[in-house]
Amino acid sequence: MRQIAIYGKGGIGKSTTTQNLVAALAEAGHKCMIIGCDPKADSTRLILNRKAQNTVMDMAREKGTVEDLELDDVLLRGFKGIKCAESGGPEPGVGCAGRGVITAINFLEENGAYGDDTDFVFYDVLGDVVCGGFAMPIREGKAKEIYIVTSGEMMAMYAANNISRGVLKYAQSGGVRLGGLICNSRETDKEFELISELAAKLGTQMIHFVPRDNEVQRAELRRKTVIEYAPEHKQADEYRTLAKKIADNKNFVVPTPITMDELEKLLMDYGIMEKEEAVA
Amino acid sequence: MKIRDHSELFKQQDYQEQFERKKEFENPWPAEKVKEISDWTRTEEYKELNFKRENIKINPAKACQPLGAVFCASGFEGTMPFVQGAQGCVAYFRSHLSRHFKEPFAAISTSMTEDAAVFGGLNNMLEGLENTHALYKPKMIAVSTTCMAEVIGDDLNSYIKTAKEKGVVPQDLLIPFANTPSFVGSHIVGYDNMMKGILKALWAGKKGEPNGKINIIPGFDTYTGNYHEIKRLMSLMGIEATVLADVSDTFDSPNTGEYKLYPGGTPLHDAQDAVNAIGTVALQKYSTVKTMDHIQKESGQRTLTLSPIGIKNTDAFFAELSKLTGKPVPAAIEAERGRVVDAMVDSHPYVHGKRFALVGDPDILLGMMSLIMEMGGEPVHIVCTNGDKHFEAEANELLASSPFGANGKVYIGKDMWHLRSLLFTDPVDILIGNSYAKFLTQDTGTPLVRIGFPLFDRHHLHRQPIIGYQGALNLVTMLVNTTLDELDRKTEGSASFDVIR
Repeated sequence: MRQIAIYGKGGIGKSTTTQNLVAALAEAGHKCMIIGCDPKADSTRLILNRKAQNTVMDMAREKGTVEDLELDDVLLRGFKGIKCAESGGPEPGVGCAGRGVITAINFLEENGAYGDDTDFVFYDVLGDVVCGGFAMPIREGKAKEIYIVTSGEMMAMYAANNISRGVLKYAQSGGVRLGGLICNSRETDKEFELISELAAKLGTQMIHFVPRDNEVQRAELRRKTVIEYAPEHKQADEYRTLAKKIADNKNFVVPTPITMDELEKLLMDYGIMEKEEAVA
Repeated sequence: MKIRDHSELFKQQDYQEQFERKKEFENPWPAEKVKEISDWTRTEEYKELNFKRENIKINPAKACQPLGAVFCASGFEGTMPFVQGAQGCVAYFRSHLSRHFKEPFAAISTSMTEDAAVFGGLNNMLEGLENTHALYKPKMIAVSTTCMAEVIGDDLNSYIKTAKEKGVVPQDLLIPFANTPSFVGSHIVGYDNMMKGILKALWAGKKGEPNGKINIIPGFDTYTGNYHEIKRLMSLMGIEATVLADVSDTFDSPNTGEYKLYPGGTPLHDAQDAVNAIGTVALQKYSTVKTMDHIQKESGQRTLTLSPIGIKNTDAFFAELSKLTGKPVPAAIEAERGRVVDAMVDSHPYVHGKRFALVGDPDILLGMMSLIMEMGGEPVHIVCTNGDKHFEAEANELLASSPFGANGKVYIGKDMWHLRSLLFTDPVDILIGNSYAKFLTQDTGTPLVRIGFPLFDRHHLHRQPIIGYQGALNLVTMLVNTTLDELDRKTEGSASFDVIR
């Protein structure tokens, strides 16, 4: 069983990418599971073809305690039998979402949600490694592979670098490794080259460049992955390629994050950011 | 200066006057109103409201996970219980255990403060481990957590690895760990988590030839007498047994005039070799669920859960143990059984038909219910704050197995304030619980038999076993003598105040 965590800046398309990628893996015959680690609970919608499912924390809130939960309440099966669970969490602005992730993953583990027959477990994690709770998926004995979804936008790259710093902290004492960057294209200038270079600087690879295509949007509106909605579409093949590359990946590294200056220099070298003197 | 005794102190004139004067500032409700409300809390109407209560627990009969974890850890040779979290929590575990056992108890806190909550507790862990190793030279450091470390998500496994890689402690120092968030489960779950963590660490790479022994896991058992008793019984049976987490010396060490930081515990070598036993017997179920599952998966040995409280349960214990080991039950043990059955026959007229309320941990409750029904007593209110639905089902099944269980009702997740209502609206003859239940006795007048944990206000009860036939005899003695004390109180000054009972 391979456990994989997907990180990336908020709104970059982690959940969409993860679900399409997992749908492609499932289509290829792999037994998969997605655990959404985000209080917004939108990590499984395209697999289940419906609005956010009952999350572990929702059910815990309803029943008073997580100890009264049954696995069947929170573990559902969607497209091609993919197992889906969402940690859920508090309303915005209150409580501790990080602890919600810890509680949910502990519950799923203790109640045998992973099973013996699962090939891939994907954790779709909110934004950045902001606190110990959101690092739960990469604790020792859990996900050993991390992929970071990014684009050529500066803040997405900035986040990817920051996440690498978090991974480095865990990689130093544990077995967690960076498997690569997934570029979810925003069609910015020289995006392919830029992310390839960022990956090289981080000591990793751009495992795949997912082009922008409105078919993803159309499928999403119907609560489906492209794999399910338009299996013949060329975008579906992009996700299939990504899935295959991840399944075959052997390139796992301890990342080498760069400084803010280096990141700015990178953007300047590619002519995307002008030198400050020039601006003045 | 005259030293006045505490028991009389506050009744004396100066204090009484002071209390009167204080009232001026306290602005209390008038006495009649207090009485009115107090009377109202004894009604059926109040009980209904009380059982609808959702957002507060009042006197829950449970402690928190790390208390169980440090208790478990202290039962291994040269082991220092080490808690990643805030200092006050560990002070509480230590005082709670000391007050029960009347023994000193050592445990480490990593003293996490506000900055640790913000930056994570890695430094606290590193410094804590370094100091513990340097100052107290333990053979094993057993790490558990408080709420604080759990909320911020401290990753114990990676912290401990880091400590070893940085050379803060030697690579080969045994440092098992368990996540023990206090806001879920109770002390029995914490015990379970720590035991599993310790066995995981101790058993790594130790699987070899079967050693012909069996393992006994007492569970969260705070009766040191039980540990001595189980070892005596095993030697009578001719069984070589390893008691896992043997806290008997830790909490009941002989007074030699010399303080020992590590007074005993299960030898680490034996605990490591326990992976090669022919079977493991847990004497409690609800404090060993994860541990027993782990043992079964890890070692493949036979696992049995047999809680020998009461005659029937003890019979089953010896029958299964005999099957497991192939050793017959010796005549000496059969004779013990005969003696306690004789004692029960002598005492049963005073216990038969008596109604009981019980509050405590799941396994003790099940054992006591069984024993009470064997004596013809009726368990009526069974309150288990830390009981889950599996316990509820098992307790209901037990009640259904005997005509004496017909009036019994099981309440899981309820507290002693719920029980107070029950004791007023549906009174019983005897209450069984820990020291905190004495306040129920104060309010309702129901006599209390002190069984469970903690027992703060009576001495040495934990030194007498409550398991096996000898334990059954001790329990019968407590039950019958409490009913007789009560009978004396009720008949005082009448012709029924008899010298022979």
